[in-house]
Amino acid sequence: MKRIINILMMMLLVASAYTQENIYPAPAAKGTSYIKGGTVHIGNGQVLQNATIKITDGKIESVGTDISIPSGANVMDASGKQVYPGLILPNSQLGIQEIGGNAVRGSNDFQELGEYNPSVRSIAAYNADSKITNTLRANGILLAETAPTGSLIAGTSSTVQLDAWNYEDAAYSLDNAMHLYMPSLLPRSGRFAAFFGPQQGDPLKDGIDKIEGVKNFFRQAKAYLANTGTKATNLKLEATKGLFTKKQKLFIHADEVKQMMLAIDFAKEFGFDVVLVGASESWQIADLLKQNNLSVVLTQEHSLPTLDDDDVDQPYKTAAALQKAGVSFCLNDDDGQNRGRNLPFNAGTAVTYGLTKEEALTAITLSTAKILGIADRTGSIEAGKDANIVISTGDILDMRTSIVTNAWIQGRAINLSSKHTQLFDRYKYKYNIK
Amino acid sequence: MRKLLLLMLLAGLFSSLQAQETFFTNGVADKREGCYAFTNATIVKDAQTTLTNATLIIRQGKIVAIGNNVSIPADAVVVDCKDKYIYPSLIDIYSDYGIAIPQRTGGGGGFFGTVQMTNNQKGAYGWNQALKADVEGYKLFVSDDAKAKPLRDIGFGMVLTHQKDGIARGTGTVVTLAGEKENLVIVKERASNNLSFSKGTSTQSYPGSLMGVIALLRQTYLDAQWYKNLSAGQAGNPSAEGVNITLQSWNNNQSLPQIMDPANNNDVWMVLRADRIAKEFGTQYIIKATGTEYQRIKEVAGTKASLIVSLNYPAAQDIDDPNDARLISLTDLKHWEMAPSNPAAIEKAGINFCLTTADLKDTKTFWANLRKAMEYGLTEKAAMEALTKNPATLLGVYDKVGSLDAGKLANFLITSGPLFSDKTNILQNWVQGDKYGVKEDMWYNIAGNYNLNLSGAKAATYNLEVKNNSSASVIAADTLAVKFSYDGKSVKFSFAPEKKSKNNIRFSGFNNNGVWNGTAEDAEGNKYLWTASLSKMAVAKTDSVKQKPAPSIGKITYPFVAFGNETLPQQENILIKNATVWTSDAEGKLENTDVLVKGGKIVQIGKNLSDASAKVIDGTGKHLTAGVIDEHSHIASVSTNEGGQSVTSEVRMGDNIDPEDINIYRQLSGGVTTSHILHGSANTIGGQTQLIKLRWGADDEGMKFKGADPFIKFALGENVKRTALLNQANVRYPDTRMGVEQVLIDAFTRAKEYENNLKAAEANNKIKGAKPMYVRRDLELDALVEIMNKKRFITCHSYIASEITSTMRVAEKFGFNVNTFTHILEGYKVADKMKAHGANASTFSDWWAYKLEVQDAIPYNAYIMNAVGLNVCINSDDAEQARRLNQEAAKSVKYGGMSEEDALKMVTINPAKALHVADKTGSIKVGKDADLVLWSDNPLSIYAKSLYTIVDGTIYFDREKDAAMRKQVAAERTRLINKMAGEKKEGRPTAPFSPSYKFVSTCGDDHMHKLGLLEVTGDNE
Repeated sequence: MKRIINILMMMLLVASAYTQENIYPAPAAKGTSYIKGGTVHIGNGQVLQNATIKITDGKIESVGTDISIPSGANVMDASGKQVYPGLILPNSQLGIQEIGGNAVRGSNDFQELGEYNPSVRSIAAYNADSKITNTLRANGILLAETAPTGSLIAGTSSTVQLDAWNYEDAAYSLDNAMHLYMPSLLPRSGRFAAFFGPQQGDPLKDGIDKIEGVKNFFRQAKAYLANTGTKATNLKLEATKGLFTKKQKLFIHADEVKQMMLAIDFAKEFGFDVVLVGASESWQIADLLKQNNLSVVLTQEHSLPTLDDDDVDQPYKTAAALQKAGVSFCLNDDDGQNRGRNLPFNAGTAVTYGLTKEEALTAITLSTAKILGIADRTGSIEAGKDANIVISTGDILDMRTSIVTNAWIQGRAINLSSKHTQLFDRYKYKYNIK
Repeated sequence: MRKLLLLMLLAGLFSSLQAQETFFTNGVADKREGCYAFTNATIVKDAQTTLTNATLIIRQGKIVAIGNNVSIPADAVVVDCKDKYIYPSLIDIYSDYGIAIPQRTGGGGGFFGTVQMTNNQKGAYGWNQALKADVEGYKLFVSDDAKAKPLRDIGFGMVLTHQKDGIARGTGTVVTLAGEKENLVIVKERASNNLSFSKGTSTQSYPGSLMGVIALLRQTYLDAQWYKNLSAGQAGNPSAEGVNITLQSWNNNQSLPQIMDPANNNDVWMVLRADRIAKEFGTQYIIKATGTEYQRIKEVAGTKASLIVSLNYPAAQDIDDPNDARLISLTDLKHWEMAPSNPAAIEKAGINFCLTTADLKDTKTFWANLRKAMEYGLTEKAAMEALTKNPATLLGVYDKVGSLDAGKLANFLITSGPLFSDKTNILQNWVQGDKYGVKEDMWYNIAGNYNLNLSGAKAATYNLEVKNNSSASVIAADTLAVKFSYDGKSVKFSFAPEKKSKNNIRFSGFNNNGVWNGTAEDAEGNKYLWTASLSKMAVAKTDSVKQKPAPSIGKITYPFVAFGNETLPQQENILIKNATVWTSDAEGKLENTDVLVKGGKIVQIGKNLSDASAKVIDGTGKHLTAGVIDEHSHIASVSTNEGGQSVTSEVRMGDNIDPEDINIYRQLSGGVTTSHILHGSANTIGGQTQLIKLRWGADDEGMKFKGADPFIKFALGENVKRTALLNQANVRYPDTRMGVEQVLIDAFTRAKEYENNLKAAEANNKIKGAKPMYVRRDLELDALVEIMNKKRFITCHSYIASEITSTMRVAEKFGFNVNTFTHILEGYKVADKMKAHGANASTFSDWWAYKLEVQDAIPYNAYIMNAVGLNVCINSDDAEQARRLNQEAAKSVKYGGMSEEDALKMVTINPAKALHVADKTGSIKVGKDADLVLWSDNPLSIYAKSLYTIVDGTIYFDREKDAAMRKQVAAERTRLINKMAGEKKEGRPTAPFSPSYKFVSTCGDDHMHKLGLLEVTGDNE
């Protein structure tokens, strides 16, 4: 029986005579199974050699090197392979922008009109059948935050798991964060004016005014929420409730040092859980961020430095600077061209430039889960958490060795083929490639 | 001899005839001789000749005599210029005085700007709106005293003015700054032909880039010659072209001095770019300098061009805020510090140059800035000539102005002292024999002691000590403060004779030839009369330019960017010992192997090699590969897209290489040694590409890969259809892939016929006595003819199976093939067809879904194409990703399971093959260029860093040296930031903080780029 299940499982994983349309989301996991023999990277820095993970009803029951497996049990042999927690992609537009660029307006479901959209929810537009989803799974990304963009308050993001029939199935954590996009405080004048067009007023002052406007909005929201009497419903003010009750975090998109310094105000004045997103200049003020307990979703490291004068590897080593200062951070891949699937390689680059491999792994698993508020359920291979697990033949952070062979979301073995593997098969067939 | 005398006599006679004119006088005629004698002056005739105690005689607006023994004509008004200096007045060769710039009407620009395909100027003009060769400055010129006065006040008497608009701007005219009617102030009607690199108010889409401007200028030289030949041959206008006022005018203007303004105040390479055009067409430009020439003075001097140098220096920025200071680049900081040394550097390099007030926001800063240039080493003689003789000579008016000599215009300055001293004031500026007062109140040096005699209610005598026009005191037992003001004629002052008394006496009077007299009144109402006469003149302090030591400034680096070198890295003999050598060649991967480099070439590969002359690098545990070659790059270029038309094969990336791009260095740090700099994808037939080697610090020509086959960029699909236009419809053909095919067929059909015509003309013109046939040389079609003759090769931006196939078929129809399909994300669908056609493929590893036409892009593309037998390259098309091309290649190990050696070939030997340079680079083979990278780890691993990147045997990136340079950059930044911040502390004016944005050249709107905070994409015009 065990063999048959294994064979069936292997068939499901290896055979790829599907189109994405009939790769079915796996049914809820029932019963107990084991993953044995692999090198298990817990996600919190620990590594267990030749360890076993016991999974029951989709949850990790235990993990260790001394777990005995009863005969006849359902076992996945991961000997010689690397076992990781499922990777988590923060701050993406997965499922709300199918086609990049701006040539296909119909594909834009990520940016609403106006500057105050606290009640707008990305999950309402989330397409669980996006062709991009399966390409992420194939690289070990099993969860993603899908976030709206905009100027000022863009709306709320949700976290989704990537094996679902529809958005309600996909929702892993609803409305986990409100997204605030800081206005730029940099002048665009001088000899560059010709490129930006005429600049009215003082951007620093105007920017601060705008930010002050946002603060006023939250002050009014606080008063509105405090009023328990009869009142006309204001959906925008109502929508801020989670921030005040700390059910929701405030994700502030900011790269400039001054923007980040102003972001601290939101933590201080309102007591919000503030997370900086982007934060390419965060290495300049890492200690300040630590002091104020601000977390960071770091923009993809595969970016150019800010200034000609910066160290040629500056963005690559920003993660190491945050790690050293003790800042809570996670890594991102918001690249518009590979659509997020190079998340593990952004972490790999962070290793080349100063993190340990396990620290880098934490930055795409457990730290991300903490920042997204889902660390009680995922982010590491620890007892009690969902069995969101990935197996790779080699080091997942290095494209030279990163080949994902198996993955489970909530204990459900998922199919790793995608539109890409299907087209690969089609043309291997055409050209008679082995 | 007698004849000569007679002639002279006659000449004298004529000159003394009353000048006639067509204008009538409304009233009583008032003709005057305007004869003046300026005596006892120090006269600086020119930079070499100074006469002391000399006399200058002028009459009817001209100098008639000058010297020490000049007899004063009886009818001369004598002006005593004791203690005064007389100089020729200054000339500004770059001005638009009295000529307005027309208003720009409508139009846009940029990658997706409004399209205007043709010239919208009505009339028999040429095809391009930016060519205004027909403009004649002297016909537009209108005297404008309000604008002349500020120039006269700083010493100018004459300018060359032109209409500052367009690429061809027509002729400039030499005028004086006299406040007379235009007829009298124009000295030379057609004095210059003015050109620029800025299309000004033209609303036509073409040219939309620097390289387009250069191409337009080159084509116009050819067109004008053709037009001239045809006109001569047919004794009239060519029938096909008819009257073309623009080309006629262009030809008429060629004999004039050619003044070129690259219209750029930052890019040191502009002078060279301009000069190359001039040299190609057998002319010489006088070039307006960019202000950065000091950065590459040797190269600039090599052009032998005369320069027009502005004294406009960047202002210190207000960077008190350290978070602002962080965002200013070392380049900008250094340029701020060194810009005032530019004129001195130009002088020192032996370049002929003129100074101009152009670009100064306020002409009042001219003298302060000039003196600053002198502090930094510009000599007085050079400054003087740059403002007098040089412009006069270049404009062919040195017989009229530029020095003080008999027969020249009476254009001169009377100053209170040596002109270049900061104590000196210009008192009067005489233009064409008319006096314009400047600081006439300074004419009399009133400093000294005066006997002040008071009579009336009380008589008294005081010793009044006057220091200058606004300061005096009374010397008594106690020195009494005097409130004093003198304006050159009237004097007012007051003081209290008894200390602490409130009884102030107030004086009012006039200076009558050195004696002052007037009335006074005290606080009690008593009235007095007073006189004051000089008892002792103040001793004038020696009043010459102080020879302060030149301010200390930083060092020039090559390039003038952070991580530039003060001395260029040199080629070395290098022996890399005991490395794992990935040859990308027949030998495959060699363990524990040595590679010896000499004279820029790989000379030996083997074990246990030794060479006493070589620098030894230990490669134990490290990996040596050939340098990475990026088949598709947009770094190191000023502009990328000439999208003004759908066919722009005449433009050349090589015309606008930018060796100052930091991305060259960043990519060296990622192991890149050769980059193929492509035109963007704005149009179907784009521009000619440029292969470069990343020789960090070389000049723009030195970057080029010598001996490589020329290539050209084509593009298909969404970008050339302008699919992503926001809020406007596309009007530029084509709008569909159907139309793209037609653009290609049409272009090559025209090129074929053009080639036939060229051949027919060549055959005809060999026949003796045959009427010559002139075929218009067409730079656009020349490039296409080269393609058909397999002398130029295509790299074609493409995505979709249909467009790939149809383009191959068009090529085959015209007898050539498409050398490389770049991007080619659906290449896997038609790999067999591409193989049959003979195309190379250059693709991305894992890009997709960034636009509609890449919905079927898959990361297995490279693997499949490779398996089918195509030569496959992985390229960047992105300044960031190019730093990690080895990793991009490694993704084919992941996606498909390519062997590691094959994967590495996709960024080494395969692109070398695709670019036809595999005999020179791309693999580690004896005899090839020493383009090498020593990696810390397996080169396909994400953990590998380049330790050394070597180009032609020169180490351009050395990770240890890089660490040291980071410290140097930081130290130099700190020094300069403190210095700049000091400006504000010392109360000097500062400009608002302006971050050092960087414009990153990209292919256009094809995809996003991973930019830093201050990096902005977008093709500048």
